[in-house]
Amino acid sequence: MKSVIAEHLVKTYRKGEVVALNDLSLDVEEGTVLGVLGPNGAGKTTTVRILATLLKPDSGHATVAGIDVVKNPDKVRELIGLSGQYAAVDETLTGWDNLVMFGRLYHLGRQPSIDRANDLLERFDLTEAARRPIKTYSGGMRRRLDLAASLIVKPKILFLDEPTTGLDPRGRQDMWGVIQELVKGGVTLLLTTQYLEEADQLADEIAVIDRGTVIARGTSDALKTQVGGERLEITVENTDVAAAQEIVARVSGHATHLDLRTISAPVSTGSVALMNALRALDEAKIHPLDIGLKRPSLDDVFLSLTGHVAEETVQETKKKKRGGKK
Amino acid sequence: MKYAISDVLTITKRQLLQLARVPELLVFSTIQPVMFVLLFRFVFGGSIDSGQPGGYVQLLMPGIFVQTVAFTLASTAIGLAEDMKKGLIDRFRSLPISRGAVIIGRTFGDALLNILVLVVMAAAGFAVGWRPTSGIVQTTLAFVFLFMFGYALSWIGILVGLSVKEARTVQSVGFLVTFPLTFLSNAFAPTTGMPRALQYFAEWNPVSTMVAACRQLFGLKNEFGATADSWPSQYPLETSLLYMVLLMVIFIPLSIRKYKNFSS
Repeated sequence: MKSVIAEHLVKTYRKGEVVALNDLSLDVEEGTVLGVLGPNGAGKTTTVRILATLLKPDSGHATVAGIDVVKNPDKVRELIGLSGQYAAVDETLTGWDNLVMFGRLYHLGRQPSIDRANDLLERFDLTEAARRPIKTYSGGMRRRLDLAASLIVKPKILFLDEPTTGLDPRGRQDMWGVIQELVKGGVTLLLTTQYLEEADQLADEIAVIDRGTVIARGTSDALKTQVGGERLEITVENTDVAAAQEIVARVSGHATHLDLRTISAPVSTGSVALMNALRALDEAKIHPLDIGLKRPSLDDVFLSLTGHVAEETVQETKKKKRGGKK
Repeated sequence: MKYAISDVLTITKRQLLQLARVPELLVFSTIQPVMFVLLFRFVFGGSIDSGQPGGYVQLLMPGIFVQTVAFTLASTAIGLAEDMKKGLIDRFRSLPISRGAVIIGRTFGDALLNILVLVVMAAAGFAVGWRPTSGIVQTTLAFVFLFMFGYALSWIGILVGLSVKEARTVQSVGFLVTFPLTFLSNAFAPTTGMPRALQYFAEWNPVSTMVAACRQLFGLKNEFGATADSWPSQYPLETSLLYMVLLMVIFIPLSIRKYKNFSS
C-alpha cells in the first residue's frame, strides 16, 4: 500500500514567475524510506510543505494515508510528524517545556504529555539538557529535539526536510543513527536531502528531483546502474599519463576521461579489466600510484541525469535574491 | 473543536513560560513605560503648565498608559513575525490544533503581559504624584478600557506580523504606526496649540479619544481647542468603545483568515 501519493503537483510563486513544482509525482510505499534528492531550489521543501498540509498546490493531487491533503488537512495532521530544515521550536523555552507544550497541543493530556516528553528526551540523549533553554543547545541537539517534537504521537508517516543540513559530521552521524532506529520501528519516511551520501545511507528508494520535477527514481543501485556500470580509475605520475591513457583506452574500449593525473573509463568486465590493465601497465613499466574499480557515486548519478552538479539551479530564484539585495 | 480552549491556553501559557524562563523579557517590557513616566514627569512636567490641580503628572499618566498599551500592536506583531521566521508557526500549523488557536493564544498572552505592565506603571505613577480622584469604580473602569484597547490593537499586530515577514521590518512598521498616532494626540500636550488641520486629525485619533476617556474616568477635566464641540471630544468614552469594537470586528476575522490561508 502507498502511504504517500503525490500526483502532478504544480506550484508557482509570484504569479507564475517562479516555478517551484512542475508536474511532480511521487509515492512512498508503506514502511519504506523515500529519499528525495535534489539541489537547493529543486522543490524539495515545497513538496514536503504541500504533503504536510502547510501549502496548497496550484494543481495536482496528494494523499497521505489515503487522505486528501487539501480537502482534509486536519485528518492528515493527526497522522504525520514533520521536522523541517530549521529547528522549529521555541528557543526561549527549555527542551522539556517544548515537548510538553507540543504534547498538550496533540491533546495528550497533562500527565501523558509529561511522560512522553521525558521518554523522548531520554531516547534522544537530551535528558541532561532537558531543563536548559534551547538557545544553549548545539545544532545537533536542536535537530534531535525538533525530531523528538515530531514524534510525540508516534506518527506512522514522517516527513523530514533536510534533517542534517548544517550539521557537522558528528551531528550528521548521530542523526542518521536516530533515523535508522525510527525506520526499524516501521515508520514510513519521506526524507529530503541534498547529500547524496545521506540518501544512499537511509533511503530504500530515491527520487531525484530537479527544477520541480522527478527526473529519475529507483533504488540507489538501480540509479547507479542507470548511469553506467563500473569505471576503471588509474592515477599515475605525470610523465606516464600519455602511455597510461592509451592502455586504459585499449582495455576499456571507450574514450577516457583525464583529471590531472587520474585517468578513468567505463568498463564492463569488472575485475578482468582491472587485471588486464595491471598487466599492461607492468609491461610498459608504469607504476600506478593508485588503481581501482569505482562504482558510480550518486554525485555521478546526479551529474549524468541533470548535466550539472548538484547546486542551486533555479535561475529565477537567483535573480530574485540578487534583486532583493539592492 | 472541544480542544479549542485548551489549545489557546497552551499557547498563552507558552508566552508566560517564556517570561518565567527569561525574566529579562519582563524587566524590559516594564522598564520602558516606567522610563517614560519618569522622563515626561521630570523633564516636561516642570515647564508645562497643565492648569490641573495636582500638576502635569495627572494629565500625563493617562497619555502614557494609552501610549504603552498602543505599543502592544508592535510587540504582538514582532513576536508573531519571529515565530514565523523560526518556523515555529509552520510546526503549529502542522499540528491537529483548532484554527486560530495560535493567534488567539498570542493575543491573550500579550493581554496578560499588559495587565502586569499597567500595574507596574500605575505604581510608578503613584510614586511620582499621580492621584486619580474619581474613586475606585471609575478608576478600575479606566483600566478596563486600557486593557481592551491594547487587546483590540494586538489584532492589528497579528495582521501586520503575518503580512510582513521580517521581524525587523515589523518593528519599523510598528513604530511608524504607533509613534505618530501617540504624538499626534492629546496624550502629552493639549491639542490646542497644534495647527488647525492637525487638531482635527488629533480629535478623531483613537489615541486621543482613549486619553480623553481615561482622563474623564480618572476625574480630570478635558481641554479641547477648535474641536471642543465635536462628537469625539464630547463623548470620548463612547467613541473609544466604538473604535475598539470596530477594530476587533474588522481585524479578528481578517487575521484569522490570513493565518489560515497564508503560505510562504
